[in-house]
Amino acid sequence: MAEVMSVQRKRIHPHKFLMWVAIGSIIMMFAGLTSAYIVKRSQVNWQMIEIPKLFWFSTLAIILSSVTVQLALKAFRDRNIPRYKQMIIFTAILGAVFLVMQFIGFMQFSKMDIRLIGAGSNASYSFLLAIAGLHALHVLGGVIALTVIGIRAMSSRSKNYSSVPVEVVSTYWHFVDILWIYLFLFFNWMK
Amino acid sequence: MSESSLHGHGHEGVVSSHTHEAHDVHHHHHHEESFISKYVFSQDHKMIAKQFLITGMIWAVIGGLFSVLFRLQLGYPDMSFPILEDIFGKWAAGGRISNDFYYALVTMHGTILVFFVLTAGLSGTFANLLIPLQIGARDMASPMLNMLSYWFFFLASIIMFSSLFIQTGPASGGWTIYPPLSALGQATDGSKLGMDFWLVSMAMFIVSSLLGGLNYISTILNMRTKGMSMTRMPLTIWAIFFTAVLGVLSFPVLLSGAILLLFDRNLGTSFYLSEIVVKGEILPNEGGSPILFQHLFWFLGHPEVYIILMPALGMVSEVMSVNSRKPIFGYLAMVGSLFAICILAFLVWAHHMFVTGLNPFLGAFFVLLTLLIAVPSAIKVFNWLTTLWRGNLRFTPAMLFAIGFVSLFISGGLTGIFLGNSTLDLHLHDTYFVVAHFHIVMGVASFFGMFAGVYHWFPKMYGRYLNNNLAYIHFWVTMIGAYLIFWPMHYSGLAGMPRRYTDYSNWHSFNQFAGMSRFISSVAMVVFAVQLLFLFNFFYSIWKGRKVTSTNPWGANTLEWTTPVNPGHGNWPGEIPEVHRWAYDYGKDGREYISQIEPVGANESKH
Repeated sequence: MAEVMSVQRKRIHPHKFLMWVAIGSIIMMFAGLTSAYIVKRSQVNWQMIEIPKLFWFSTLAIILSSVTVQLALKAFRDRNIPRYKQMIIFTAILGAVFLVMQFIGFMQFSKMDIRLIGAGSNASYSFLLAIAGLHALHVLGGVIALTVIGIRAMSSRSKNYSSVPVEVVSTYWHFVDILWIYLFLFFNWMK
Repeated sequence: MSESSLHGHGHEGVVSSHTHEAHDVHHHHHHEESFISKYVFSQDHKMIAKQFLITGMIWAVIGGLFSVLFRLQLGYPDMSFPILEDIFGKWAAGGRISNDFYYALVTMHGTILVFFVLTAGLSGTFANLLIPLQIGARDMASPMLNMLSYWFFFLASIIMFSSLFIQTGPASGGWTIYPPLSALGQATDGSKLGMDFWLVSMAMFIVSSLLGGLNYISTILNMRTKGMSMTRMPLTIWAIFFTAVLGVLSFPVLLSGAILLLFDRNLGTSFYLSEIVVKGEILPNEGGSPILFQHLFWFLGHPEVYIILMPALGMVSEVMSVNSRKPIFGYLAMVGSLFAICILAFLVWAHHMFVTGLNPFLGAFFVLLTLLIAVPSAIKVFNWLTTLWRGNLRFTPAMLFAIGFVSLFISGGLTGIFLGNSTLDLHLHDTYFVVAHFHIVMGVASFFGMFAGVYHWFPKMYGRYLNNNLAYIHFWVTMIGAYLIFWPMHYSGLAGMPRRYTDYSNWHSFNQFAGMSRFISSVAMVVFAVQLLFLFNFFYSIWKGRKVTSTNPWGANTLEWTTPVNPGHGNWPGEIPEVHRWAYDYGKDGREYISQIEPVGANESKH
């Protein structure tokens, strides 16, 4: 039995593995959307898109949040729980800031007299909305997950020493960060 | 809620045997399960498998009944059935199925059978049942996600089912829901609210498939018992593994396509729409491309047919080896051909689009890649035949269905070679030839794999046997019936008879097929009735079937037969057994079978 355990111990925790496969699946969804974008771009009636300046700041915010979530994970492993709580909350707030900035960024289009949806909208901007909107939904899921593990850390009732949930959430958080950077570069290059 | 209570005690069972390092705290509650936690919100993979199977059966009856209804129209276009008007009202005014109703029926028949029965009902059932039992795990990697997978499927089912009762009817633009038809509610009633229900239901269905697929993959890769190396796994598990990989990588792309379609329908965007006039109204949409949808759809759609077929390939291999009392021929070739099919599945989607104006140069590549699928398919057929060759065959119902599967796989596969050629496809596209091809090779064949699975593992699921005599009637009528229904369709298809028409009687070229069509319809009704007989057998045997007395009724090697007759939550009462050999040591060294848990003897010959 001891031998079984040592063999099992080398393997990745199933929940972490689950997250990696889920990430693969989400990648396929965005690969589908961005390749649709590329196909569409080569066809007639394509309008060059202009990306709001605010998106640079939201990009900065989400990169920063990746740093804080990493610090949170490190603090948890060092059993520095107060700092862990602090960093998790900080990450969740940065995530929320990202979402608010994305929202405001999209609101700015109407001021620029660009229609994202409805009559007179161009597929290029609709794509931007659909893709960035779906990404925002994934970030929202991450913020909720961060909030849940944050609340769990606050509650004095449950004591949990497993780092697996924190690791799973941080992996996901890094992923939505990298995904946004990819999308941001993609939209800047593939106007 | 704390981590451990969230996952319930089923998960603790997994943890206690696998990853001690992850959870320092252990709760071993052995409380009595309530009705709700045992039968409804169950996290036991075996119960979830039964939930998938029975939900799938309900859908199969609905989907099958729809086909009987439209076959009634196709076989007897000039007759009136007043009872239809009594039941369906305006949809069958004057006792005849209206055009809108006909399209709704074929669309729902396709959607239900492809997704709800042969995807959820087939891989949902057998992946859940067999993965933990055959790899030696107490449950799935995440029983919680597994439960959610079923309930998302249930939610998708509820939404799709309620779409049948909408005033404007369910979606009716074909199961492939091509825009612009599916995007424009003003074009037809079937593209109104019913289409939104369809899309939302499919989104839920995709979530369900993804949650299930993620779990299957991580369970197979991470939770095998000691000694169960990948190359000792039964072929069922290999097949389910590749199925899950296909699903996890292709369903998200369908989701992308469906989301863009929802945008076009409800937010006035122009992803798929361009320069359209509907009923005199000029639409403002510009610059969209309906072909874009077809690319996104078939990038899922083609892997989807292998998602349906591959679990059947795996189960047939297992059932056939057990009942031939011989090792499966060419185990590694079987795994390799599954892998090849899995890769090729992603590279052939445009063969559904040869007539969309696809660049013929590009089409040539897709022809080549499509025809390459014949290679792994032929390897599989060869290996099944050589497994049967000089075997000590036991014609159990499961075995008959497995052999029937091979027959259907050959005859349906051969017509695939016709259709995979873009030049021939110009003539055959959208004719009954296509209908015959995919019904035999994907529809009926996968059903046969599923029946083989149900007959073989029913004793494991319910601790009782199905009635053999009813099973033999079920097999022979279905087998002969399937050929009688779909074989003649090849002829009308070659003659150019198009699919998706309600009535061919005014069409001089296809009048000659009226008698044949009537014959097909009659056989379809008989075959449908026999499926009801199977359902009777199934439900009757759950409570009244002959009891299983031995743990290993088929004399099989795999791990599920080392559990008690009615395994509890956690599958093995004691330690999970260790595996010492592959799953196919049949007829070796003068012994009929050697279970996987038996250590290799000193004088044993090599396999």
